[in-house]
Amino acid sequence: MWEKKPILLMLMATAAILVGTTITMILPFVWVNTEADRIEGVTPYTPLEQEGRDIYMREGCNNCHTQTVRPLVAEVLRYGDYSKSGEFVYDRPFLWGSKRTGPDLARLGGKYPDAWHYQHMETPRSIFPKTNMPAYGWLSNNALKPDKVRRKMQVLGFPHSETQIAELASKNEMDAIIAYLQKLGNDIPWRQTARTEIVGELRNPFAGADQATLAAWQPLFQSNCSACHGNAMQGGIGPALVGDDYDEDILFRLIYDGIPEQGMPSFANLGTERVWQLVNLIKYDRSPGN
Amino acid sequence: MGKPQYHTDIVKSFVNWSLVWGVVAVLVGVIVSFQMINPDLNYPPYLTFGRLRPIHTNAGIYGWGVGTIFAMFIYMVQRLCKTPLWSLGLARFQLWLFNATIIAAAVTLLLGYNTTLEYHEMEWPIDLMIVVLWVAFSINIIMTIIKRKEEQMYISLWYMMAALIGVAILFTVNALAVPVSAFKSYSIFAGTNSANVQWWFGHNAVAMALTAPPLAMFYYFLPKSTGVPIYSHRLSIIAFWSLIFMYLWTGAHHLLWTPIPDWIQTLAMAFSIMLIAPSWGSVINGYMSMKGQWHQMRDNYLVKFLILGITFYGLQTLQGPMQAIRSFSAFIHYTDWVPGHIHMGTMGWVSLVSVAGIYFLLPRIYGREVYSIPLANLHFWLVVIGQLIWSTSMWIAGVLQAGMWNAMNADGSLTYTFTETMVEMYPYWWIRAIGGVIYLIGILVFIYNVYMTVQKGKEPAPKLLEVEGRA
Repeated sequence: MWEKKPILLMLMATAAILVGTTITMILPFVWVNTEADRIEGVTPYTPLEQEGRDIYMREGCNNCHTQTVRPLVAEVLRYGDYSKSGEFVYDRPFLWGSKRTGPDLARLGGKYPDAWHYQHMETPRSIFPKTNMPAYGWLSNNALKPDKVRRKMQVLGFPHSETQIAELASKNEMDAIIAYLQKLGNDIPWRQTARTEIVGELRNPFAGADQATLAAWQPLFQSNCSACHGNAMQGGIGPALVGDDYDEDILFRLIYDGIPEQGMPSFANLGTERVWQLVNLIKYDRSPGN
Repeated sequence: MGKPQYHTDIVKSFVNWSLVWGVVAVLVGVIVSFQMINPDLNYPPYLTFGRLRPIHTNAGIYGWGVGTIFAMFIYMVQRLCKTPLWSLGLARFQLWLFNATIIAAAVTLLLGYNTTLEYHEMEWPIDLMIVVLWVAFSINIIMTIIKRKEEQMYISLWYMMAALIGVAILFTVNALAVPVSAFKSYSIFAGTNSANVQWWFGHNAVAMALTAPPLAMFYYFLPKSTGVPIYSHRLSIIAFWSLIFMYLWTGAHHLLWTPIPDWIQTLAMAFSIMLIAPSWGSVINGYMSMKGQWHQMRDNYLVKFLILGITFYGLQTLQGPMQAIRSFSAFIHYTDWVPGHIHMGTMGWVSLVSVAGIYFLLPRIYGREVYSIPLANLHFWLVVIGQLIWSTSMWIAGVLQAGMWNAMNADGSLTYTFTETMVEMYPYWWIRAIGGVIYLIGILVFIYNVYMTVQKGKEPAPKLLEVEGRA
């Protein structure tokens, strides 16, 4: 019967399509982005951050970077606390992405100092020698347009002051995208919560390692530390490393916990063994240049 | 009773333009595959991976995919309804608007006007053009069906009508946004809602644009090519209704383990598994229709394209549900496995069936035999081998990468930094790029064959017209 009546067939097809649509797409509006998943501390983007977000979208960063950490062991270890619905209520649209050619960025905010980001965007290979991340230094040449940003903030209904808008005149697109990246995942104090307490006495398991052993750990330093502290620990974005400045256990804590407020990331996810290797390398390596 | 005068010029035009956009899509795909190997191949601001990749996907889906749908639907609807197209003028307007839309989409995406919603990256003015385009197309097809001279509507017509409605609903809802300026808007959906709406769209765009229309083509061109009817009408009824009912529940399998409510993820997972049944309903219907006709795999190159196409559809609809299982998704999601999956669907299933349709049309719209069957066979092998290299390299790469992402040391720390895992991908990205180049060569052979058919093809053998007469 329906095979002979096109209008009937189309009505039936519409009904078939609308069942799943109603239940899995429309119904969730009742719960999602309501008081139920609101998180205190999650704030709208400032004009500079929102403009940075729009640049992130314009350049299609979402094609290679995701922005959602799944509640899986390896993922939380690598990126940080898993993502919560309430953290995304100001995102129009969402930028969770679907492919990690580069790493997830949901918890990037506050991980590195601004200087790291400027250098990384300018010449990604100066930090990760074999990365396929394209260089984005050219963003620094583009000034922001305060009037356009004001209009965006009005449409989004985000709070903003004229001072904030006026300040945009002296900023460029690179400043904006880095301000945005530094906000990502940083509205909740997950780093403090995730911090593991070191209990008991710290004992160097590699005490007395010879120079050959230390040299074998150099690649570890090069892939995790040299971008900021220089290939020969001479300093750069971060300070020069002089082994005699700290005792072994202090040095261990500095690397393991980081100094987030000064831009030094925590390297707890390297595991205690490799952190100890770095401690020994920094403190006792006497190879040329150190 | 004389044969109705079908409009074929408009079909020719849609075929030609969809081929143009198809080549653009594959060419840009090859370019971005090399950009992934060497970042120095990015030329900012316009020619970067981030701006070109949406052009690759959208040229593929809207230029090649939808362009072919336009050509094939207009061809099929006239024959299945035994009546000329309702309005030739409307179809000509649609052709003009189609090309204007694709060009506008490509230019605005190059300029960075990007909503970031996958397969829906175009900003709101382009969305409006697409809506007008689709409405014009739908009216023409539906009116032709209403005015038909054949009472019974064949299976292909069901899939065509479902696709018209489905795409209209999906595209419109996901497009809802508040404009800020001529080429910038903000979605009315935020955060988790935005994600859920996008993948309800994204996954079902695959259903309504890249599954239902190729199935409409498959159900039409397979019996036309073999001269034997579809095996089971009842099976096609069950497969059709269960397919369009179940698909819409599954979008959230793109969002497993994200902050989307758990119950939506579970429903998506369950319905994805259930979808194997209607998908394989069509696969089995296709295979069974070959009963006693398998020798045509050797004798008839059209059948080879169609049967390989439906086979890739069958593999795709097994691999897809597997990926929709939480535990499997936890492992392979976000890796290179996923592009391996989608390219089996687009390069294997959709494109093989679409080119079979074009080969079938050529003698009937140009009145000439296909220029070279050996070249058609060469085309077949190049695209199949190119695609298998492409997908297989990405599946291996994805498993390797997922393994490295998850590898842990005895002290509970991760074994590899992200960069260490990425560097391991380079050899596979090379192999993938080579697969893409082979595929591109296959497409160029195809286009040469089409061009030569139009220029120099011989008069058709009477046998072809005889098969046509069975409609």
